[in-house]
Amino acid sequence: MTVSLKNLNPVVESRPADRAVVASPQDSAPIDSKEQTDEATTAIRIEGFNAFYGAYHALHDISLDIPKNRVTALIGPSGCGKTTLLRWINRMNDIVPTARAVGNISLGDLDVLASSTDVVDLRRQVGIVFQKPNPFPKTIYDNVAYGPRLHLRISRSELDDLVQWALQKAAVWDEVKDRLHKPALGLSGGQQQRVCIARTIATGPEVLLMDEPCSALDPISTSSIEDLIYELRQQYTIVIVTHNMQQASRVSDRTAFFYQGRVIEFGTTDQIFTRPDQKQTEDYVTGKFG
Amino acid sequence: MTKHLDRDMDHLHRDILSLSAVVEEMIGNAGRALQDGRVDLAEKVINDDEDVDQQEVAIEEECLKMLALHHPVAIDLRRIATVIKVNNDLERIADLAVNVAQRAIGVKDYPRFVIPEGVGPMVSKVSGMVRGALDAFVNMDTHTAKSVILRDDEVDALNADLINRLRLTMQQDAQFVAAALHCFSAIRHLERIADLATNIAEDAIYLVDGEIVRHLSVTKKIAK
Repeated sequence: MTVSLKNLNPVVESRPADRAVVASPQDSAPIDSKEQTDEATTAIRIEGFNAFYGAYHALHDISLDIPKNRVTALIGPSGCGKTTLLRWINRMNDIVPTARAVGNISLGDLDVLASSTDVVDLRRQVGIVFQKPNPFPKTIYDNVAYGPRLHLRISRSELDDLVQWALQKAAVWDEVKDRLHKPALGLSGGQQQRVCIARTIATGPEVLLMDEPCSALDPISTSSIEDLIYELRQQYTIVIVTHNMQQASRVSDRTAFFYQGRVIEFGTTDQIFTRPDQKQTEDYVTGKFG
Repeated sequence: MTKHLDRDMDHLHRDILSLSAVVEEMIGNAGRALQDGRVDLAEKVINDDEDVDQQEVAIEEECLKMLALHHPVAIDLRRIATVIKVNNDLERIADLAVNVAQRAIGVKDYPRFVIPEGVGPMVSKVSGMVRGALDAFVNMDTHTAKSVILRDDEVDALNADLINRLRLTMQQDAQFVAAALHCFSAIRHLERIADLATNIAEDAIYLVDGEIVRHLSVTKKIAK
């Protein structure tokens, strides 16, 4: 599917105006306080969602309202279904022959699970960043330009601007601007991950899914990515799966605790980490099990 | 990491219990020094304060170390945050006990001055509140914590009654003004100790329920 630049969401439409830098402190002010978390509108509505791998019932009756322009963390022990849910939000499980799902996931008016939904267009709206940085074996420039070349009908100079904007937004521009045409695989892990984030946002998604984006990174790179998540939440709805409790508490506004394929508790992050309602949540966040 | 945190929590628990025992004893001794004119007990209270100060600093350092090293959350975070506050309140209670002891020594200079009858019950009530608040904190018992909060009004009433009596004494006999002022001051310190016991009880409720009830009315605190 080819769309023009103007058909993209406001993030890309506003690109030329804010291409200079990652958001300024003033930009982040409106969503600084936790109280406003509850006022956010819903970006992704998950209702009565069940997922299966063959006969195995992986997710049981999940209902979650993921708020717009907020960071939602999914936490829970390995095998509890966090990644499965993430993969269903942009239909990555379509390629798993035994995977099937029942229930609803909607992104605005779009029925994510409907067979009529254009999966390529869905994935333009819902970007994903994986645990291990996975740049294409191409140059840094080509990695970021890959999506826009598929989706957008834009000139070379517009593409240059878009690549620069995405790399700036991903806070890696200053480190790569002098070697844009060198292989992305030559970058450090943290830089590769930020290039992958730039590649993801270059197509103008509304939602960013992050599956343990820092688990393969050193503390400094992790800190860069966490700062980036904080900045990006002004314009994107972010869902992050993490095993790192401190990371979940640092970067997210809301946290959902999954256990054995069920959502045990979903609340504001400060509530989950200071006074969780459920004993299982408390045991998990305090490291008593899992 | 959990085992390390649990081990440090056990140490912290023991340390705060040890501090609590010293402070409770100081209140008892200060009360008896005031009622019975026991200067020896008053001096013991004053000497014990140095030990309390050292323990308070050690406990605070331990809490800060645990926050830095373990990044506790949920009940662990609430426990450490509460220990920091209770630790501080205990140190303030010890200071007030020292003040009561000093006033007891001051009163002793006026052998004809009779300590009002209500002082004994007030000392008992205040000691009981501190003990109750610490029990509530240690046992995570909100029922006991709420009963401590309710008793604060009784101490306030005793305080008002005693102050009235002392004012009458001062009006009736000028030679007792200095002694009555010592006594007046000691009673005010006891009333402050009751307030701090209430703070500890409120912290016990926060520890258990995760809810800060400090600025609610007594009725709402109890209803929670």
